[in-house]
Amino acid sequence: MATYFLKRIVSMVVTIILITIIAFSMMHTIPGGPFTRERPVPPEILRALEAKYNLDDPLPIQYLNYMKGLVTFDLGPSYSKVGTTVNELITSGFPSSAKIGLLATLLIVGLGVPIGVISALKQNSKLDYFVMIIATLGITVPNFVIGTAIIYFFSGKLGWLPGFGLNSPLAYIGPVIALSGYSLSFISRLTRSSMLEVLRQDYIRTARANGIKEFSVIARHAVKNGLIPVVTYIGPMIATILTGSFVVERVFAVPGLGRHFVESITNRDYTTIMGVTVFYAAFYMIMVLLVDIAYVIIDPRIKFGEDK
Amino acid sequence: MKKRLLALILVLILASSMALIGCSKTEDPTDAPPAETPSETEEESPAEEEDKDDGLSIMYWNIGADPLTIDPVLNGASDGGDVINQTFEGLVREKSGTVYPGIAESWEVSPDGLTVTFYLRESKWSDGSPLTAHDFVYSWKRGMDPATASEYAWIWEYTNVVGSAEAVNGGSLDDVGVKALDDHTLEVKLNTPTDYIVSLLSFYHFLPTKQSSVEAGPDGAWAKDPKLAISNGPFKLTSYKIGEGLSLVKNEHYWNADNVKLDGIEGKFIDETATGYQAYQSGELHFIPPISIPAAEVPRLIAEDPNFYVFPLLGTYYYNFNLDLDMWQDVRVRRALTLAIDRELITETLAAGQVPAAGFVPPGFLDADGKDFFETSGNYGIPTDNSGVEEAKKLLAEAGYPDGKGFPEFTIMYNTNENHKLVAEMIQEMFKTNLGLNTKLENQEWAVFQDTRKAGDYELSRGGWLTDFMDPMGLLSIFTTENAYNDPNYSNPKYDELLSKSALTRGKEHFDLLYEAQDILMTELPIIPVYHYSDMMMASPKLVGWDRSVLGTVDFSGAELLD
Repeated sequence: MATYFLKRIVSMVVTIILITIIAFSMMHTIPGGPFTRERPVPPEILRALEAKYNLDDPLPIQYLNYMKGLVTFDLGPSYSKVGTTVNELITSGFPSSAKIGLLATLLIVGLGVPIGVISALKQNSKLDYFVMIIATLGITVPNFVIGTAIIYFFSGKLGWLPGFGLNSPLAYIGPVIALSGYSLSFISRLTRSSMLEVLRQDYIRTARANGIKEFSVIARHAVKNGLIPVVTYIGPMIATILTGSFVVERVFAVPGLGRHFVESITNRDYTTIMGVTVFYAAFYMIMVLLVDIAYVIIDPRIKFGEDK
Repeated sequence: MKKRLLALILVLILASSMALIGCSKTEDPTDAPPAETPSETEEESPAEEEDKDDGLSIMYWNIGADPLTIDPVLNGASDGGDVINQTFEGLVREKSGTVYPGIAESWEVSPDGLTVTFYLRESKWSDGSPLTAHDFVYSWKRGMDPATASEYAWIWEYTNVVGSAEAVNGGSLDDVGVKALDDHTLEVKLNTPTDYIVSLLSFYHFLPTKQSSVEAGPDGAWAKDPKLAISNGPFKLTSYKIGEGLSLVKNEHYWNADNVKLDGIEGKFIDETATGYQAYQSGELHFIPPISIPAAEVPRLIAEDPNFYVFPLLGTYYYNFNLDLDMWQDVRVRRALTLAIDRELITETLAAGQVPAAGFVPPGFLDADGKDFFETSGNYGIPTDNSGVEEAKKLLAEAGYPDGKGFPEFTIMYNTNENHKLVAEMIQEMFKTNLGLNTKLENQEWAVFQDTRKAGDYELSRGGWLTDFMDPMGLLSIFTTENAYNDPNYSNPKYDELLSKSALTRGKEHFDLLYEAQDILMTELPIIPVYHYSDMMMASPKLVGWDRSVLGTVDFSGAELLD
């Protein structure tokens, strides 16, 4: 098992290095630079700025310098937000994103899985149809529409919720709902279809024939197996949701990490582009690793790849 | 056994990740004690509630995007400038076009116009230390120093301060004509008499910064750090939260603190239009910038809402002809295209108070006789409505393209943006209907567009220019040969000569040269002027006494919240 983890960690490091190379070269390929402005910066000042951030070095040198910093977790200064480091951008943004993300994940799993199970058990009932119509809506309506509607009705018309920021418990309601909408619907549909498949399996029939209580059949045998595809989805989903959504954070004016993904590209803020990309990649891979571990716990047939 | 170990590991990982998030929670700015971030936690119209609660008069203002910097010397953006205007003060303060004494109590210009002497009042930094003429010298030289790499350093060229343009390009800072004669006398030597110099010095780039603060942290980091952010304006910074907002409180050491009515300002960084607008509507904000005003609402607001304000902005929206191309060599073709556009229809459609442009200099500049440059210069035979279409057709026919026949299809290029798209579609339609010309539209993401335009890789491209000082020269000079912003690549020795002469002259002579220059520009038409920009904002009726500079910077130094 130790070799398995070692292998995984080595492959993660290699992946990160590949990602940095790809991101670095792509970002330098696109036209424009960090100091491209609506009003162009005069050449002499552009030179001074580039010299200040060592952007006048050859690209391979710039890349090596960046990697040197990365090894010590120094992601460098932001080129567009002068005086702010990328580490500061991430440490100030991630907690807000993660807080909404964690609540959204709890909502998605806590509500999505039971809904899916119940729908599957009551297949083709009115309840099933109702829930699935809502779930289809949840998948198709974009989160900025949900978000804007929440702000319009609940903070504008009714005045129940604050209109922006994250300064009270109530303020979390809007962003969490807007953030969970899609995944909640998706998870309930996924759970439902996977449960339906499992319920038709022979071993469920056998379990029932053996006279095991229906609750036990569902909870012990059906749900456990039905959750495998759900767990596969949840891992990467957590990585995506916890690192923040550009749209949801913009609509609710949440000072999160999500906005940096998009704004850094618009600003050609090279260090921030690299920083958030590496952060996201690392987080994503850790979640995938956790999913693989979870498989083993849920399904005894799955083993760590020792036999390979 | 293995399984149990695994479960244990999993639990540990989960617990530690929870703990991590838990930890960062305490550092998270959003969890600051409610006493410091008042009010927006309340449910109903919090802004109003809180005022009564503790008797403090706090204004809620949406700044828009999180400013890249709020260090006056490094700043190059209007949102940063809006904050800086509240936290710092220069030699003078300009409101609605009038120059008021700031840190300088008075000033005098020598008879030859080459020396301006400022007499500074006794004033203090927000930490109580004295502010002297030496602080201005330090700060200005910091702005010129290439090592600072200030985006706005180029503006020194227009100040005509002796040696400053050379210093920006790496010359000696010791040769710059700025000197503190004593703690309260600042002498500025000019290469040539410059009428607008005093009002220009109210611009954020020229506001003083304190050396000990600046040197305490790298690259303007000090300005966002409440411990180091020592300023000299009506307000001082007490907190700055990335992506969320900043808090300002009244600066008791400000020389004119008696006339500052607000106890503090809560500035927010809400860049989503609908969110900012909604928060204003529900009373959570007192003041919102253009970014928070939905375009679709503007016509209704102009008609119905007395709290909606439109001001002219000193700039022009236009299209560049790429003069390196054969297709644009005939001036009759360029004039035909210019005449074929119904500018009134465009500004009516955009509906945000823009003024149709028949020239390049916008309204708001007074000439030596006190007349508006824009009005005196007239329209150069370019009607603002569609009455020029017949002449346009005739010109195009004379140039050999009757009804547009034989003229190559060309591409109208703009940077990706809803409004730019709308304007481009309208002129595409006008070229087609009025002249029979076929065009394609192409948009590019803005950084890409900048490169394309600079490289001259276009046929017709969008352009826009806003000026930073009160002289039409700042606009007209961009079309001189080799100017970095001369996107059409226009070159006319006569035009260049008029502009360089205008820089050395004052009064009537100066303006006559500029009138003549614009005559040439509008006869040769390297560009198609479309409209002059406007600025808009909404202010709660409870907020009075706020102002703005003609360059578009908001000013809350005299603002007051009524009960």
